[in-house]
Amino acid sequence: MLPRTYFLAFLVLLALLPHVLYPVFLMQLLCMALFACAFNLLLGYTGLLSFGHAAFLGGSAFIAGQAAKVWGLPIELSILAGTLTGTLLGVGFGLIAIRKQGIYFAMITLALAQMVFFYALKAPFTGGEDGLQSIPRSNLFGIIDLTHEVTMYYFILALFLAGFLIIFRIIHSPFGQILKSIRENEDRAISLGYRVDRYKLAAFIISAALSGLAGSMKAMVSQVVSLSDVHWSMSGTVVLMTLIGGTGTLFGPIVGAAIIVSMEHYLGEYLGSWVTIIMGVIFVICVLTFRQGVVGELEQRLIKRKLPFQSQDSTS
Amino acid sequence: MAELLGMPPQLFFGQLLLGLINGAFYAMLSLGLAIIFGMLQIVNFAHGATYMVGAFGAWMLMNYLGIGFWPALILTPLIVALLGVILERLVLKHLYDLDHLYGMLATFGLALIIEGLFRQAYGISGLPYEIPTQLQGGTNLGFMFLPNYRAFVVLMSIILCFGTWYLIERTKMGMYLRATTENRELVRAFGIKVPRLITATFALGVGLAAFAGVMAAPIYQVNPLMGNNLIIVIFAVVVIGGMGSILGATLAGYLVGLVEGLTKAYYPEASSTVVFILMIIVLIVRPSGLFGKEQ
Repeated sequence: MLPRTYFLAFLVLLALLPHVLYPVFLMQLLCMALFACAFNLLLGYTGLLSFGHAAFLGGSAFIAGQAAKVWGLPIELSILAGTLTGTLLGVGFGLIAIRKQGIYFAMITLALAQMVFFYALKAPFTGGEDGLQSIPRSNLFGIIDLTHEVTMYYFILALFLAGFLIIFRIIHSPFGQILKSIRENEDRAISLGYRVDRYKLAAFIISAALSGLAGSMKAMVSQVVSLSDVHWSMSGTVVLMTLIGGTGTLFGPIVGAAIIVSMEHYLGEYLGSWVTIIMGVIFVICVLTFRQGVVGELEQRLIKRKLPFQSQDSTS
Repeated sequence: MAELLGMPPQLFFGQLLLGLINGAFYAMLSLGLAIIFGMLQIVNFAHGATYMVGAFGAWMLMNYLGIGFWPALILTPLIVALLGVILERLVLKHLYDLDHLYGMLATFGLALIIEGLFRQAYGISGLPYEIPTQLQGGTNLGFMFLPNYRAFVVLMSIILCFGTWYLIERTKMGMYLRATTENRELVRAFGIKVPRLITATFALGVGLAAFAGVMAAPIYQVNPLMGNNLIIVIFAVVVIGGMGSILGATLAGYLVGLVEGLTKAYYPEASSTVVFILMIIVLIVRPSGLFGKEQ
């Protein structure tokens, strides 16, 4: 149940924003927001904490950048190549990690992502410490000129909305209901006859694919892919964005991404490496006192006021 | 014996020794991680940062107070353990009733804070730390040259791991510890102060990490990020050994170190990823780890 008015207001806001704020910053934000939404599909709706999502974001960004720069593919095919990379990595990671639950799952995904990081560090095509630079932006479908930042913004916005609607559809489908039942009580889901591992694997792969889409978009927006995109601190950042915005809420990850990306963008030059320390402090505070996140807290207050007797469904 | 397994013996044993040294550190760190996990049910993401603080503690004692290696080897772990107690009382205590994932996230935040603060203060270039005079130089074993300090590290690591194993498996204190891991409420009903036991366990775990850090200071450079990537290798080691097992964590530490050393000798390109490949193989063949119990 997505209140149509909220969604329309959200759309209008997104369409108008590039005329107010710097479009490149907004595009960065949309990429990270989609990344966080994809991550939230796994953490918030399936109950699996992956600490390896940087591998999907960064891995696909490298391939998308490579496709555009070296293979000379047009932008839409480069993004497709990146998304496929994310999907394939997701299949590989998922098949290994899904055997374990909880913290083991987190540790294993972290270790697997670290492997991708070391590969990216050593492999010749990623440019090592320098990263992949000056990735070209070809015309969309050969016609639309994307060098203009506002045009590029609408293209990125369209991709973001597509990804977001896919997630929305999944959450509200029978498949999504089963994912939620796994999150709530895995044993009961098994006893009801669901092949839980398959559902978890499917959720993992979808999440990885959408993270790959976000990574490919990021590569096209910033035209640079660096090792920090595959580093595990990126996996930590996406956890933080989801947590601060509200795990298991539809809009939470977007809000969280907006908070973190804005902080890095506007405060980064004044604070320098203090940003990491501040992120650590926010992390600890969120875990200790603010586990619902911004959207989670808001929703709970609204629901409490409006419907005191109805059970609270944080996914509404 | 001009060649051994296709390469000069000096090189072969050299890499093996390097692997053994790394393994000694892996073992000490994964041991601490396993103890903390057993008791607190928290995967301590800040364990690498604690190790770094240990190395910096030794460096600071030396440079600000003129305290040498040997006193620092005792003092630093004690100081860090004390800081650990404060941290446990202030932060971790509130997480025991929550999902285990929150413990991991909170300690991840702590690691960011600790490493960020040290980076702010000391930059990212490494600081040198002298090998203590008594252990400088080395011994020629005929087939290779063995630096005394490295032999000391391996020996200390084995003593320490054995000591910890003895403490937990063979003493009364360890019995309480194991009982608390099994059933906290029951142990509490017998009048044992469980919260204090938990705090002590955390202090022991971080003290071990700090001890490893002090020993690492003369070998690796003292650097705010020295624990940053190490912690992930330690996670893989713990998965390989089996999370619940102290013996498993220790042995897997040495095993991983040796495998890494051998890989460096034969196929150096894969030396940083071989740990993770080993982890994948173990997960496929024996999902609960080499020494873990099947659930």
